[in-house]
Amino acid sequence: MSVLETKDLTRRFGTLTAVDALTMSVEAGEIFALLGANGAGKTVTMKMLTTLLRPSGGNARVAGFDIVHHAAQVRRVIGYVPQLVSADGALTGYENLLIFAKLYDIARSDRDERIREALAFMELTEVRDKLVREYSGGMIRRLEIAAAMLHRPPVLFLDEPTIGLDPIARRAVWERIEDLRSQYGTTIVFTTHLMEEADVCTRLAIMHRGRIVTLGTPSELKASIGGADRTMDDVFIHYAGGAVEAGGTYRETSRARRVAQRLG
Amino acid sequence: MGAITAVAGFAEKTFVIAELEARKLRHDPTELLTRAIQPALWLVVLGSVFTRTHAIPTGGLPYLDFMAPGILAQSVLFIAIFYGIAVIWERDLGLVHKLLVSPTPRTALVLGKAVSAGVRGLSQAVIIYLLAWLLGVKINWHPLALIGVLVVVLLGAACFSTLSLIIAAIVKTRERFMGIGQVLTMPLFFASNAIYPVAIMPTWLQVCAQVNPLTYEVDALRALMLPAGQSLHGLGLDGAILVIVLAGLVLVGARLYPRIAT
Repeated sequence: MSVLETKDLTRRFGTLTAVDALTMSVEAGEIFALLGANGAGKTVTMKMLTTLLRPSGGNARVAGFDIVHHAAQVRRVIGYVPQLVSADGALTGYENLLIFAKLYDIARSDRDERIREALAFMELTEVRDKLVREYSGGMIRRLEIAAAMLHRPPVLFLDEPTIGLDPIARRAVWERIEDLRSQYGTTIVFTTHLMEEADVCTRLAIMHRGRIVTLGTPSELKASIGGADRTMDDVFIHYAGGAVEAGGTYRETSRARRVAQRLG
Repeated sequence: MGAITAVAGFAEKTFVIAELEARKLRHDPTELLTRAIQPALWLVVLGSVFTRTHAIPTGGLPYLDFMAPGILAQSVLFIAIFYGIAVIWERDLGLVHKLLVSPTPRTALVLGKAVSAGVRGLSQAVIIYLLAWLLGVKINWHPLALIGVLVVVLLGAACFSTLSLIIAAIVKTRERFMGIGQVLTMPLFFASNAIYPVAIMPTWLQVCAQVNPLTYEVDALRALMLPAGQSLHGLGLDGAILVIVLAGLVLVGARLYPRIAT
């Protein structure tokens, strides 16, 4: 059963078409990756799917709800971890989760239990009463994922979840994400420009200049360009023309570096 | 029944957003103290000099007494009008995105921010009451008058912080915002009855003062804060104007706030 479907989903900014007639579907329980260089349209796609940005054309459904006409219902069934740091550094980890538990209408009687469980799941119990500005980058990301999962959404969107993290922290974050999927059956949709992360997904789509240039399982994509000895890097270079340096405006670059600096 | 649940839910969400801000203040209250310096200067320096000149007709009040409610309104305005900076800061982080993706109504997000600006405003009220008392201003300590001041300060802070949020949603960058914030505060302050009565202004400025919500805020504060203070417009009208302005601003703010995430 597909939990996410897009049909000709398009977003234009003036004359620039950031996302161009995107059509795809994601099945329940998948870990689905959107891969692409900076400026390929991954984040814009994610912002449309999470109701932050209205499409210029086409449509999409998340867990059966139209992202434009039923935006309020979509918001109840998704969790979202933005690329930018979204935990409040001036609050403790516990307080961050408490605020979101309240915003997501988790019943008062369940709140403490739910928060305790989320902190334990993300291995943050010991630092729950510390201000988040004292957390490491990996801890901040795990807290953000915990906040996004408090209301147990069937679909979780992660925009560049490991940007700015060192390999060890990155690994810890991914282990938690994979556990989420196995324990709660959460469908995970994430963006990345790291090829090695593409290997953890069930399927991936490579985006280039707003379009999906190819879509399949990692092994299918490797096979499509000549076999199992190919790496995801080869796949990416083949489909996205090796244009890793294409795109990425001043603003995007400075944002990405700022995030990296905060988390690093 | 459905309507009551909806209103209760809305109020609850509004207070959750305000709670978020209040918790931050609790962890780091230094901001509240540094903000006391400016109003102290106004009262101590300007107030004491002008009290000696007797140049401004205050309806029989000592000038310091006359200006104390004006300085309270001013310091609340100065805090509130730069509230948008915090919104832009949150935008550079991902907090705005996270809030907008939650099922919280946009109006509750905006009103919650307004209420939390009000909480900061209340701390100013405490400081200014203390300063005014030390300087010998005759203060009306009647509990109802104090409650009235709290309500007016909350409303005033909420109005100007929401205006600030709207500007932030339009300009989006800190640099542009700072420019506009500076340009806005002084005219709002000077084109009001905060430190001199509207009656002594030239006609064109009187017109500006009449459409400036700050004038009504000061008018109400003057009547509530001082035993000898009188409201020129009537407390009812003052309050009604502030509530209507706030409602209008919140509706506009709720439409524009999502732009911050784009």
